[in-house]
Amino acid sequence: MRTPAKQSTARRSGPSLARNAPVLLLTCLLAGPATLFASTVNEDAAFGDAARGEEIYQQCAGCHSLSYNRTGPKHCGIMGRRAGGVNDYVYSDAMRRSDLVWTRETLDRFLANPGAVVPGTTMGYAGIASDQNRRDLIAFLESAGESPEHCGLTED
Amino acid sequence: MHTDSKSTRAVALPRRQFLFQSAATVLSGTAIALLAGKPALARAAGDDKAASDVRILNTALAAEREAVAAYGVGAESGLLSQGVLGVAVTFQGHHKEHADVLASTIRDLGGSVAEPVKSHNFPVDQLKSEADVLKFAASLERGAVSAYAGAIPLFDNRDLSKAAASILADEAMHWAVLRQALGLDPVPGAFFS
Repeated sequence: MRTPAKQSTARRSGPSLARNAPVLLLTCLLAGPATLFASTVNEDAAFGDAARGEEIYQQCAGCHSLSYNRTGPKHCGIMGRRAGGVNDYVYSDAMRRSDLVWTRETLDRFLANPGAVVPGTTMGYAGIASDQNRRDLIAFLESAGESPEHCGLTED
Repeated sequence: MHTDSKSTRAVALPRRQFLFQSAATVLSGTAIALLAGKPALARAAGDDKAASDVRILNTALAAEREAVAAYGVGAESGLLSQGVLGVAVTFQGHHKEHADVLASTIRDLGGSVAEPVKSHNFPVDQLKSEADVLKFAASLERGAVSAYAGAIPLFDNRDLSKAAASILADEAMHWAVLRQALGLDPVPGAFFS
């Protein structure tokens, strides 16, 4: 992704370093965060496709919802949440004692084989075998799980 | 989404309702034959594999109870036309039968049937039309198909896998009928997981 800061740098040529030092400094200051942001966006895109993940999430709709508890707990605010951490949902002992915190890595492992990662979980589901499908689903949970549209302004 | 005229739906749905009423007898009869009185189900409650099967069955039971309640919300919403209402009540009846069979099977396995939840959360504020109710029901049925597809490989007892497959088939048909009523392709693919 090109940023305005990068473009202004690209157009400059010839003038001395000393005369342009303030401009270069400003450019670096602006380009640094912008580049970091671009890098994060690219990493997210490389990690998973949230739009595709939304389609895959239909498979979860027998038991889960983003915004309210059903047979399974709601998913709003899931990233960074301790497993078993939705206050008004009754979890299995196995999940409450799992000591997991939901990150990309832990979700990926759990979704691949829930019963192996949390033996005794009530999520009686064989898992999602495809690495890409799991990443896409997690990308969707990351974005939708924080969206005001689905989750309002409060979360657990 | 296409839009079927209401008159088209009114003609089409009662016929499906008839078909499903016939099918219900076959499916529930099959499920009961598969599960009721099977000596293999009379396991010791302490058996880890049986305990795992019971856990899965209790999760399925919770989902079936929720489906019964969800169809109840739809049926009582006042948003459904007569033909659609009849189908909703029929499908609700199927889910009740599934729940009954699951509960009796849990007991046969020596397990404890989980208590029903006191209330269900449904997005009732988003149900403003018949199409909204149909979409909501379709999303639950779609998810149920996946839930059973994901549970079937986990059962230690193959009779339970077979019975769960028959429930999956019924709920897949529900999903197809609901999609048809919404004017969507009733069977939008060759494979589902």
